Amino acid sequence: MTTLTINGESKTFDAPDDMPLLWVLRDILGMTGTKFGCGIAQCGACTVHIDGRPVRSCLLSIGSIGNKAITTIEGIGATPAGAKVQKAWLDLEVIQCGYCQSGQIMSAAALLASNDHPDDADIDAAMSGNICRCGTYVRIREAIKSAAGEA
Amino acid sequence: MHVLQNLASTSSRRGFLKAGLASGFVLAFRLPVYAVNEPDQPPDSTEGQFAPNGFIRIDHSGNIALVMPQVEMGQGVYTSFPMILAEELEADFSKVSYVHAPPNEKLYANPFFQIQVTGNSNSIRAFWKPLRVAGASARAMLVQAAAQQWQVEPASCTASKSVVTHAASGRSIGYGELVDAASSVPVPANPQLKDPKDFTLIGKPLKRLDTPIKTDGKAIYGIDAMLPNMKFATLAQCPVFGGKVAHVDDSAAKKVAGVQQVLVLDNFVAVVGDHMWAAKKGLEALVVTWDEGPNAKISSADIWADLRAASKKDGVVAKEAGDIAKGLTEGDRYEGEYEMPFLAHATMEPMNCTVHLTPGACEIWTGTQVIARVQSTAAKVANLPVEKVTVHNHLIGGGFGRRLEPDMVESAVRIAQHVDGPVKVVWTREEDIQHDVYRPVYRDVISATLKDGKIAAWKYKISGSAIMARWAPPVFQNGIDIDAVDSAVDQPYDIPNLSVEYVRAEPPAVPTGFWRGVGPNNNVFAIECFIDELARKAGKDPIDFRRGMLGKNPRLKAALDLVAEKSDWGKPLPARVGRGVSAQPSFASFIATVVEAEVDEEGDVHLRRVNSVVDTGIAVNPDTIMAQIQGGIVFGLSAALWGEVTIANGRVQQSNFNNYRILRMDEVPKIEVHVVKSGEDPGGIGEAGATTSIPALRNAIYAATGVALRRMPIDRKALAVKA
Repeated sequence: MTTLTINGESKTFDAPDDMPLLWVLRDILGMTGTKFGCGIAQCGACTVHIDGRPVRSCLLSIGSIGNKAITTIEGIGATPAGAKVQKAWLDLEVIQCGYCQSGQIMSAAALLASNDHPDDADIDAAMSGNICRCGTYVRIREAIKSAAGEA
Repeated sequence: MHVLQNLASTSSRRGFLKAGLASGFVLAFRLPVYAVNEPDQPPDSTEGQFAPNGFIRIDHSGNIALVMPQVEMGQGVYTSFPMILAEELEADFSKVSYVHAPPNEKLYANPFFQIQVTGNSNSIRAFWKPLRVAGASARAMLVQAAAQQWQVEPASCTASKSVVTHAASGRSIGYGELVDAASSVPVPANPQLKDPKDFTLIGKPLKRLDTPIKTDGKAIYGIDAMLPNMKFATLAQCPVFGGKVAHVDDSAAKKVAGVQQVLVLDNFVAVVGDHMWAAKKGLEALVVTWDEGPNAKISSADIWADLRAASKKDGVVAKEAGDIAKGLTEGDRYEGEYEMPFLAHATMEPMNCTVHLTPGACEIWTGTQVIARVQSTAAKVANLPVEKVTVHNHLIGGGFGRRLEPDMVESAVRIAQHVDGPVKVVWTREEDIQHDVYRPVYRDVISATLKDGKIAAWKYKISGSAIMARWAPPVFQNGIDIDAVDSAVDQPYDIPNLSVEYVRAEPPAVPTGFWRGVGPNNNVFAIECFIDELARKAGKDPIDFRRGMLGKNPRLKAALDLVAEKSDWGKPLPARVGRGVSAQPSFASFIATVVEAEVDEEGDVHLRRVNSVVDTGIAVNPDTIMAQIQGGIVFGLSAALWGEVTIANGRVQQSNFNNYRILRMDEVPKIEVHVVKSGEDPGGIGEAGATTSIPALRNAIYAATGVALRRMPIDRKALAVKA
C-alpha cells in the first residue's frame, strides 16, 4: 500500500511504485481534474505541485514522491496564488474548451507563488511547457499579469 | 458563406434539385424545419415542469434548465444559446443553467443539416431564429397564463427577469409560480420576437456559464467518466492504414500487474486493465505482427505526385462567370500553384469513449459533435435497436472536426463486447495522432490576367478529397464537393471573367475529414496569397489592390480599412520585418487580418503582432467572438509554422507534441481583435480565425523577404539568407 498527501489529505491505495501519479489521481482516486494530454511531459495538461513546484504528473512515479505535499487543481484554490489565478482566469474569461486549463492554472499558480511580478520573459519561461490547442495564450498572459497586479 | 448557401447557388444553377434528391441537406435547405415551430409537436416534458418545446424547462422554483442542441467545445455555445433563449424568454439569466441534449434528431437536429451536428461554424446561424422563437413562445405562454389568472388582457402585461407584471393593477408573479398554468396554454404559432433595440442580453460580453467548473477541476469531459467497477482500456490499430493483426504474443503483457485482458480484434489490439497505466504498459509489452496489407509502401512523395498529376486534369465546373477563355487572353497572364499538407486535429483531450454493454442495452459516455451518429454507430456494432443505446454527451476537450467522426465509439463498443461491466477506452496521444481523420492535402492551381491594374480573369482549380462524399454522400452531387469549393465559388472580389473547377482526388489509404476552417481554410489561403502576388505585379499596395475590387462587398472593404488603421499599415518597418494582410467573407463573417512578422537570417519566423477586424453581424457575445478569433488565429498560425503530417511506408511519421508542434506561449504575439458593431444577422465565427491567419502570415513573410511561399507549412530553408 502507498500513502500520499494530496491537498492536505492522506490517501492510501494499492498501486505499483512505478505508476505515474497522473493515473493514480484519475483512475484510482477519481480526481479527474488533472488531465492526460500526451504522456511524455510535452503538453503540461497533467501539471500538479510537489512541495509547491510544478511537475508533470504523467511521468512522476508515485514511488518517488515520499511524504512531499501534492497539490492538484482540486486543491489549488486553497493557496493564495491559486485563488488569485482562478479569479483572474474568471475575470478575463481565459478559458475555451478548458481541457488544458487545469495544467495552465497550476503552472501559473506556481509562477506567482515564487514571483510576485513576473515579466513577459518570466511568463514565457514558466508557461511554455503548457500547450493550449484553443490558443488562449494571449488571455493567459493578461490574466497572470492581472493576478500579479492584485498581489 | 456556409455550405448550404453554396449548395443553393450551385444547385439552382446546375439544376441539381431536378435530380429528385432524397438528401437531408438539400431538404434542409429547401424546407427548413425548426423543431420548435411544429405546432403538433408534443413537449417531452418531465413531470411538474413547464416544457413548451425541446429547449426550455422551468421548474416550480423558477430554475430554468436550457437543453443545448449544439455541444460546447470551447466556442462558447453553452453561453450564447442561453443568452438567445433567455433574451426572448425574458428570463432571469442568473437562474439559467444548461444541460446536454440527448440524441433526438426530431427535437435537436441542426436546422442547416437536419441531423444533430455541431460544425461548420453554424450554431448561431442555424439556431438564431429557432431559439428566439422558442424563447418568445414560452414567454407568450407564461404571460398568457398570468393574464388568465388576473382576468386581464395579455397585452397589458409585461415580462422581465422571470417575472410577469400587470402594471395597471400593480400585480406580478414569478415564472416558477406559472409552471402549471402555462403548461396548459397552447403553443402560439407566431410569437412576437423582440426588436433588437430592446435586447438586454444579446450583444453584452456576459461571463461564460461553463468557466467556473473549468477553473477548479470540476468540469467533466468524456475522458473523465467514472463508473462503479469500471475497467480501463487502450488500443493500438495497425500502424499502416487498412492493415490487420497477423499475430500477437501477449505473454509479457499478461504479466503486467493490473492487466486483465488482451483483445485481438481484427484491425486492432486492446489491453484492458485496472487502470490506464496497466493498460498502457500492457499494450507496450505486446509483441504484435501486423498484416500491413496493400498500403505498406505508400509515402508522402507518392501522394503528392498523384495529386499533382490529378490537378492537371480538367475539373468539374463549380462556378462560371463572364467569358473565362477570352478573359485569359487579355492583359498580362500569371500562374500560381498552392499546396496544403495533411494535418492532425490534436485535440488536447485524446480520443476516448466509455461503454457499458448489458444484454439488450448499451450505454455510452463520450464527448461528440455528432451524438445521433454515435448512437447509431453503437447500435450497429452492438446489433441493438437504436433506442436501446443511451448516449451521455460531455463537454468536449477540443473538437476542431475530429469529433464529427464516430470511429472511437465503434472500436470502444467492440472492446466492450468482450468486457464484463463498463470499460473506458482512452487512446494514447500516439494513437490519436497516428489514427486521426486528417485534413486532406489540397493543390490549387490559379491562372489570372491583370489589365489596367485589375484582375480581368481568374481560373481557379481545386484538387483534393471530397470529404462530403464520405461524410454526407447525398450532398456530393455531380462531382462537386460543396465544402471543397467553399469560399472559392463565392470569392469576394469583382472579377468579370471567372471559373472555379474541382477535381476529386482521394489520397490512397489516408482517411480525410473536416478540420477547423474546412474548405475555406484551403481556398482563402490560395486566393489571398495569389492576390498578394498579383498586387505586386500590378505595382499596388496589397490593401489598396483589394479595396479596388470590393465594390460588391462593403462589409469586407470596411473591415480592410479598419485593419489598415489598427495595424499601422504603411508605417516603416525594420529590414526582414513585414506586414501581411488577408481578407475573407467565409462562414458569413467578414474578416480582415494583418500579421506582422520578422524572418531571421536562418529563416525562422518570429510573430510580432496580429490585428484582426471582424464583422460577424449581430455579435451575440462580443467577448466570445473576440476569444474565438484570437484562438483561431493561433490555431492557424500553428499550422502555418509547424503543421504537417507525413506518410512513410503507409504510416504517419508524427506521434506526439514533440514532432507535431503546436504554438507555445513564447511564440505567440499580441493579438488584437476588433469586433465591428452591426445589425446584420449573425455570421459564423468558430473557424474563421484559423482561416484568416495563415495567408496573412504568409503575406507578411512575402513582404519581409520577397519570397512567395506557395505551400504550407513554411519552408525555413527557402527563407534563410543565402550565404
